[in-house]
Amino acid sequence: MASKQITPTRMELTRLKKKLVTATRGHKLLKDKRDELMRQFLDKVRENKALREKVEAGIQAANKNFLLARAGMQDQVLNTAMLAPKQRVSVESGVENVMSVEIPTFDFKTRTPDKNDIFSYGFAFTSSDLDGAVQSLSDVFPDMLKLAEMEKACQLMAVEIEKTRRRVNALEHVMIPELQENIKYITMKLDENERSTQIRLMKVKDMVLKDAHNYETF
Amino acid sequence: MYKIAVLGDRDSIYGFAALGLEVFPVSDSEEGARTLRQLSEQDYAVIYITEALAEKVPGELERCREGLLPAVIPIPGVHGNTGLGINMVKHSVEQAVGSDIIFNGN
Repeated sequence: MASKQITPTRMELTRLKKKLVTATRGHKLLKDKRDELMRQFLDKVRENKALREKVEAGIQAANKNFLLARAGMQDQVLNTAMLAPKQRVSVESGVENVMSVEIPTFDFKTRTPDKNDIFSYGFAFTSSDLDGAVQSLSDVFPDMLKLAEMEKACQLMAVEIEKTRRRVNALEHVMIPELQENIKYITMKLDENERSTQIRLMKVKDMVLKDAHNYETF
Repeated sequence: MYKIAVLGDRDSIYGFAALGLEVFPVSDSEEGARTLRQLSEQDYAVIYITEALAEKVPGELERCREGLLPAVIPIPGVHGNTGLGINMVKHSVEQAVGSDIIFNGN
């Protein structure tokens, strides 16, 4: 049964039919979008998981090294060593479009090209553990940036997939059945009206014939 | 041109200063939430946050999830891995697929 009052007219029927065509096409397109997004998302998320495991292991190893370094040095010396970093990292951010989802891309630049600029201290008063620790952190950094890119992409795509899925479901389970129901209702109503008009005309014809010629058709 | 910030307790993050990232040591969750909010409004493209702190500021984390920038990424701190980072990936999968098909519940 139609959920709300609809007027059974030809105009309404044409309107609903047009709407149904649009809804069906929209449904197909959105479904394709969802499938493609899902495919890319699953690839990305698998990569994301692997990368995260790698980065977490890397950072944990670096943290261990830092802990060792701190144990072997005075706090003040360590603070002084880290006080004025020579190196500076900046990020260029671009935008990539994946199925109309905008995801950021990061590209980092260091202020100086010299790799050894991550050691911002003289080596005389610091323990060698600190060098190792900073080096291990620096090794894991490119992966960290890749992780940031990947994880943000996954988050944004997840939001978009959820939205698209809801739209597809709304079209598939609410909009399209409702439209079909309404179209069916109008068609039946119009057919019924036509039949009743036909019968009325036949009856009228009978009556007219009977009056004019005293003529019985049955 | 964007910058990268690292947020968390001092012991976990001071090493990043040497790499040329900007470190913001915070001691409690309130200060952490405030700093995270301030940083997300400035031109930082990536904000790394220790998992221990991230756990205490779920509201701010959720707020940064939908925008294009910044990307707020949890990293393990000096006290070990709390699993928050991997849980966020899991959360994304659940949001997109409806159930967790990548991690199979572990």
